[in-house]
Amino acid sequence: MRSFIIRRLITSVPVILAIVLVSFVLTRLVPGDPIVALVGDYPVPPEYVEERRQAFGLDQPIYVQTLIYFKNLFLGDFGYSFVNRLPVMDVILQRAANTLLLVVPSQILGSIIAVLLASMAIRRPGGRLDTGLTSLILFVDSIPIFWVGQVFIIVFAVQLGLFPVQGMFNIRSTGSNVILDFLWHWALPGSIVSTFAMVAIARVARVSMIEVSRLDFITTATAKGLNRRRVFFRHILPNAMVPVIAVIGYTFGQALTSSFMIEAVFGWPGIGELFLRSVASRDYPVLQGIFLLTATLVVLSNLLSDVISSQMDPRIEYGR
Amino acid sequence: MAAEKSSRLLQAFKSRKILQFGLALSCVLLFAGIFGPSLLVDRGPNQISQSILAPPSADALFGTDELGRSVLTQIVYGVRTSLVVGLAAAATAMTLGVVMGAISGYFGGRVDTFVSRITETFQVMPTFVLAALVVAMAGTGMLKVIFIIAILAWPQSARVMRAQVMKMKSMEFVDALRCLGIAEHKILWREILPNAIPPVIPVGTLVIGQAILLEASLAFFGLTSPEVASWGRLLTSGQQYFYFAWWLTVFPGLAIVITVLTFNLVGDALNQAFNPRSGDA
Repeated sequence: MRSFIIRRLITSVPVILAIVLVSFVLTRLVPGDPIVALVGDYPVPPEYVEERRQAFGLDQPIYVQTLIYFKNLFLGDFGYSFVNRLPVMDVILQRAANTLLLVVPSQILGSIIAVLLASMAIRRPGGRLDTGLTSLILFVDSIPIFWVGQVFIIVFAVQLGLFPVQGMFNIRSTGSNVILDFLWHWALPGSIVSTFAMVAIARVARVSMIEVSRLDFITTATAKGLNRRRVFFRHILPNAMVPVIAVIGYTFGQALTSSFMIEAVFGWPGIGELFLRSVASRDYPVLQGIFLLTATLVVLSNLLSDVISSQMDPRIEYGR
Repeated sequence: MAAEKSSRLLQAFKSRKILQFGLALSCVLLFAGIFGPSLLVDRGPNQISQSILAPPSADALFGTDELGRSVLTQIVYGVRTSLVVGLAAAATAMTLGVVMGAISGYFGGRVDTFVSRITETFQVMPTFVLAALVVAMAGTGMLKVIFIIAILAWPQSARVMRAQVMKMKSMEFVDALRCLGIAEHKILWREILPNAIPPVIPVGTLVIGQAILLEASLAFFGLTSPEVASWGRLLTSGQQYFYFAWWLTVFPGLAIVITVLTFNLVGDALNQAFNPRSGDA
């Protein structure tokens, strides 16, 4: 077991490196000059442009730039923000906790609701509830999440005045009120991120449960006289959960992206809000750092779900 | 074989109201994208007027923004951007995916391992964050946005294509062609490719919707050219007027949802027609 985790951890390193390499090559491959993007359209002396280019090492060939970037990563140097000259990782890690406060509970809540809805829907495949769930999946897939945030603000915060428009806390709240105040601020952004997470997971949960319920041993279980409850909880659910656990890990990246966009709308002081600001100021080192952190979190969540799946399903071998 | 496929498609088309509905809706969108702006010649998207932040009325159906520009006119101009980006990105992604998937599936071995590793890496990559990073770095522009969306989306069709070609290369008609002494690359491109493509089409259709959503998200974060009309940009500017003008937010968002939903409905219906088991299983 331990050797499986260690082996998976070791194989995760090249994946992260590959992701960084691809992102690095892509940013250089797309036609366009980062210096132009940085300096802007405002006319500046060519000497200044040249000086900036050298300062960021952009006058070197691509492979030299790549090597320098990797060398710095190994030394733990992620660069400095163009905007406030602070180390990139400090700036990002300050906000990571706020993003996790939004995304982790949402992913958990979404998973629970997804499994509940899917298990109710598959009692009658093609029935009213099942059709409703598949339509919901198709519909939510077509909606830009930040727009849902905007509409929720207009309806529930501005028009009805039920929830706060922006932020994560009210500065004036104290004591036990802090938690209530946080939950009150969490309600709108959290419910949106949860719903999008729920949809991504329910899609897989539903298919997985239907597939398992069509297998021969389920027919046997029913034939030997077990009631529906017992068949579902003892036989269908445990077997259907393996792909569900996997998808919870694999959709964590999606949930992070959802959370980034929702943060930008709700002014939630997390990584997404930092991302929006850094995009506006073309703070390239911070953007690269956010991408690196996001990719690492995604790879780690995949690793975690693989480990849990292998614990649940003896057919998945440790030595894979 | 081809005849059987097309008759099945025709049957699916006739029996599925959703597919008909979706195709009709996409025709309306195409019409609006091509002719909409020229029908509004007298009022360009930047035509300002006296009525500032006016709510929807008979004069301006979807209201006006802070400079008195009609929201409806701006939405109609946005159709063109969304459709161009969506269709071009999906077409590029599909072409790339079909070629890479075919090579990977047919020749196997090291080529296959290499292509599969790339597709796996792309699958765990947080798409939006990477797209935003690249565009922020390379500068805005519609071609760049199309390019980056295509680069991020091709692995989806490559996977389907690879599986399809792997299944077909062991079929009897391929053995027969080999016995006739036909060159391997001719077998792949002339005989297997046309037969393997149909199941990739639904994937390509779904990519159109994803591309439109991604373009809107990039525009929302201010990562598309300000000169090009875009629904995402309308949503960014509406952000400041939550208290006074809900129409600046609601209508452009609805336009995105309807357009993306149209392509998703068509893609989903095509998927059920081409791969009957995947939809309901």
